[in-house]
Amino acid sequence: MEGKINTSAPIEYQSEQSKLNILGFWVFLAAEIILFATLFSVFGVLKDRTAGGPAGSEIFEIKDVIIQTLLLLTSSFTAGIVIFEMRRGNRRGLIIWLVITLLFGLGFLSMEINEFMHYYHEGATMQTSAFLSSLFVLLGTHGAHVTLGTGWAILIIIQLLTKGINPTTAGKMHIWSLYWHFLDVIWIFIFTFVYLAGVL
Amino acid sequence: MKKKKGLLVSAMSILLLLVLSGCETNLVVFDPKGPQARAIMDLINWSFIWIGLVLVVVVGLFVYIIWKYRARPENADYEPPDEKGNHKLEVIWTLIPIVIVILLTIPTVKTLYALEEVPEGYEDVEPLVIHVTSADWKWIFSYPEEDIETVNYVNIPVDRPVTFKLTSAGTMQSFWIPSLAGQEYTMNKMETELIVVADEEGSFFGRNTNFNGEGYAGMEFEVQAQSPADYEKWVKEAKELSPKLTEEEYKELLKPTHLGRLTYSNTHLDWVDHADHNAELYIDPELYRGHGYPGKIFTEDENENSENHENMNMDEEEHGGEHSGH
Amino acid sequence: MDIKWDQLLVSGDPLILGSQIAIVLTMVGVVAALSYFKKWKWLWNGWLTSVDHKRIGIMYIIMGVLMFFRGGVDGLMMKAQTAVPENTFLDAQHYNEVFTTHGVIMILFMAMPMLIGIMNIVIPLQIGARDVAFPQLNLLSFWLTFAGAMLFNVSFVIGGSPDAGWTSYFPLAGKEFTPGVGNNYYMIALQIAGIGTLMTGINFIVTILKMRTKGMTLMRMPMFTWTSLITSLIIVIAFPIFTVTLLLGMMDRLYGTHFFTVSGGGLDMLWSNLFWLWGHPEVYIVILPAFGIYSEIIATFTKKRLFGYGSMVISIVLISALSMLVWVHHFYTMGVGPAVNTVFSITTMMISIPTGVKMFNWLFTMRKGRIEFTAPMMWALAFIPTFLIGGVTGVMLAMAAADFQYHNTLFLVAHFHYTLIPGVVYAVFAALYYWWPKVFGFKLSEKIGKWHFWLFNIGFNLTFFPMFFLGLQGAVRRSYTYSEESGFQPLFLLSGVGALILAAGFAALCYNIYWSIRHAERTTANDPWGNARTLEWATATPVPHYNFATLPEVDSLDAYWEMKKNNKGFTLDKNQIKPIHMPGNSGLPAIMGGIFLVFGFFLVFEWHLLAAIVGIGIIAGLIMRSFESNDGYHVPVDEIVKHERTWRGESKWKAK
Repeated sequence: MEGKINTSAPIEYQSEQSKLNILGFWVFLAAEIILFATLFSVFGVLKDRTAGGPAGSEIFEIKDVIIQTLLLLTSSFTAGIVIFEMRRGNRRGLIIWLVITLLFGLGFLSMEINEFMHYYHEGATMQTSAFLSSLFVLLGTHGAHVTLGTGWAILIIIQLLTKGINPTTAGKMHIWSLYWHFLDVIWIFIFTFVYLAGVL
Repeated sequence: MKKKKGLLVSAMSILLLLVLSGCETNLVVFDPKGPQARAIMDLINWSFIWIGLVLVVVVGLFVYIIWKYRARPENADYEPPDEKGNHKLEVIWTLIPIVIVILLTIPTVKTLYALEEVPEGYEDVEPLVIHVTSADWKWIFSYPEEDIETVNYVNIPVDRPVTFKLTSAGTMQSFWIPSLAGQEYTMNKMETELIVVADEEGSFFGRNTNFNGEGYAGMEFEVQAQSPADYEKWVKEAKELSPKLTEEEYKELLKPTHLGRLTYSNTHLDWVDHADHNAELYIDPELYRGHGYPGKIFTEDENENSENHENMNMDEEEHGGEHSGH
Repeated sequence: MDIKWDQLLVSGDPLILGSQIAIVLTMVGVVAALSYFKKWKWLWNGWLTSVDHKRIGIMYIIMGVLMFFRGGVDGLMMKAQTAVPENTFLDAQHYNEVFTTHGVIMILFMAMPMLIGIMNIVIPLQIGARDVAFPQLNLLSFWLTFAGAMLFNVSFVIGGSPDAGWTSYFPLAGKEFTPGVGNNYYMIALQIAGIGTLMTGINFIVTILKMRTKGMTLMRMPMFTWTSLITSLIIVIAFPIFTVTLLLGMMDRLYGTHFFTVSGGGLDMLWSNLFWLWGHPEVYIVILPAFGIYSEIIATFTKKRLFGYGSMVISIVLISALSMLVWVHHFYTMGVGPAVNTVFSITTMMISIPTGVKMFNWLFTMRKGRIEFTAPMMWALAFIPTFLIGGVTGVMLAMAAADFQYHNTLFLVAHFHYTLIPGVVYAVFAALYYWWPKVFGFKLSEKIGKWHFWLFNIGFNLTFFPMFFLGLQGAVRRSYTYSEESGFQPLFLLSGVGALILAAGFAALCYNIYWSIRHAERTTANDPWGNARTLEWATATPVPHYNFATLPEVDSLDAYWEMKKNNKGFTLDKNQIKPIHMPGNSGLPAIMGGIFLVFGFFLVFEWHLLAAIVGIGIIAGLIMRSFESNDGYHVPVDEIVKHERTWRGESKWKAK
């Protein structure tokens, strides 16, 4: 239902369907919050159940985690610039900033994969203990979301290149940015409650 | 319509009659043999009063309304009034349930706390401690002081509180002796407690109520409440006449099987207490292979050496794929 | 990867062999019939790819009826097994599988699809919209639910059924105690269906919040719309918990993690907590829409507006909030101590307060009304006393100390059947009878409907009422047999006889549908019951695919009732009609459903390589969806004019 176009609103809100999509996505994010909240509670319950395996303080490399955090926080900032450029109608700027955002995201992901490899070599796999199971699944779920977000952004880039900035692509871009910021927020919780609480 | 209502009423009354005549004597929950079960029965009876009242009022109102306001050919022109509601009435039927809930909550809470304690009148008697270990699909009772272990039956003296310390060697079960007390879960690496007093001699049935696989239906045991003299006699005989349990035998015991009654003159607590957080596990998934397609089993090398886990990758060859219990 | 072909099919049981043959024959028969009558195109274009909310709703309901049959057969098998002591009709393993699939199918693949189907058909019409907010997503939701259901259903012939109960409690449900792939089906099939349900929840929240017609404020929404909105909210809050729970369960089973295992520091009670954090709200997800259905029907057939509309709305909001605060009452016996049990006893009993308010409001809606005993109304009436029994026994179970004697006995089983059958199944029947003419243009037979009603009601009470007493005698749930000395025999037998009558009632419904399709009188009147109150009755019967020629305007509750009373809004001005934009069909959701089914199947059997290959298909589908630009089509004015003219007749037609 593409319906009418209302040009007085920001471009991502101009089509009726985009408006619905954005509200729908907010509701979806609410569901995602519950999903991560559940994973956090599971982690909270199981975090001391190391079953003879390593505890968090023994394996966490806090320096790397801080770098990861900075990468993701910066990518959230550049994602903000993406939306700014989009509203200005600057397709070139939009795509450049989006690519920069994705590079930060990929940097984050590669560090996370490194981190997992490191744990693995320390003998800390998700089969080792309940604590590690919950750690891997929490981090893995977040990492999978970031991966998905990256792939999704690439699809939007292709559509921007072929169709330009219009209410439909702008709506998608806006939704993607919501998603990206959301993942950033989740990471801040992970950083605080998993890593900081784990080493302090 | 009248005919149909009549049909329903008569069907229900036949049902009730059948039910009441058939089982007046064996509603075990209403035939308590100890103060704990009696306390619960009193609570249930109290709830019946209020629930009965609610049923009578609502069903009465329901029958009255659908009878009085039913559509008839004579009232075809009747235009019902356009009423939106009535705040006074709505407040009333909010408040009455609140009062009933309060009336039910107070004795519930009292009973809940009472069930945690040794019942009134027995405070001075030293409780008998019995460790209960549930396994697939049997009940193991350990008397640490007497150094006796029994399987699938438990003897207790009357008029002496018994503290059951409950745990499980594997799956989760629920320990229930309806004549004596309500139930409590048994869980591996946890300990729950149930205090029971039998104030009447006799044999009571107990069982697991929490589904735990193929042998669940048969997971029953017998409680024999004996006079103190009989109990002492039994203890003495059990100690003298029963064999010793070895760890090897115990491992056999824990395999998923049905067993009859067994008695030993020592307890497995000598080498393992399943309630302990780091207790060794005696389970073997291979023994639970059913008729379905066999899934991968993960090797059990917990706790001791986490370095081993490096070799345990999920992509590696499947363990136990070859064995399938047909 | 090592595929053990010889163990793929479940063998060694004549009942299962019979089903295997029956399934193959049915499938061959369906394919042959579709080919012979050349109906493949009709099926694909008209139904499987249709984004029309009414057709999706019908597909949900057909699925629900089929699953009702499957779950019902499971139930009958259980009743046959327990009718006599020490019966050998089913062995323990088979019985365990049967009660597991009975529970899962009845809740997740019967009750949910039925209610979501009814919501699909009714909600857009009640709020005066032409479709849901995301029509394609809606179709995908259906296909995922369907894929999940099919995956789950195939388990008993291929690989083995789940056998750890519908609650699938760990550690029993883990690899340590059930190493076969049966319980993998539970984790994966429910996950796929659950994703579909979650998307339905999101879809209906946005639809109801954003697509109401002009003038329909929140407090002018019909009660069924309200309950659907709240249900959708609970879905969005509760289903992600289930998603995680199933994911962790799957990780434990497929990849050897230690969330709920007894080894490696796992915590089995964590499963119970997570499961019921979803599971109890789930009960209200299925019961709240039913409350809405009854509200509509009672108001219609008493010719009165709903008594205390405002307090009804507050009640459902309170019920939904409380539903998330009571999960521990499913395991008072866990030994967490009296303080925790006290808190959860109180929250649980508090649910009875708003529910009681609703009961009295329904009763007082009928008071001073003119009660017509039509088929839908009879179901609504039967609901009140039977659900009351379920409700008061619920309060008894809520009293934690007393629950120590009821827990896991047949008393509990009787209780929840007394809430779920009147609370959901009766409502589904009521809704089918009530909205059937709106969807299909003819009523179901009232006469056969009475047979259906009385057989089902008597059968239901006869089956489940004795189970209260069996529970108090000490009979436990999920036990495949009992000894002769237990004395349970007479009541179990009575209950078994009741189940047969219950089944006859269901057969009467099926016959009614068949008979009415062939013989019932056709109608095109927009309001075949004569006393309808809400907007779905303001448009043609059967409803045209565009729903409303012009979107209605609303200035009160019971909008259609007001239209009739003030005699306005019936005439349609030809000049107002504009081409209507409608969403286009899409084949992608059905294909995605198929891919998910295969993907899930490979995961169940732990064939990770094959699953990964099929997983690429899921990603490809998502990419395709992203690039799809399906702008739909416009219904031309001529077509609308022609159709509206036919059903309205010349008197309600203004052609300037």
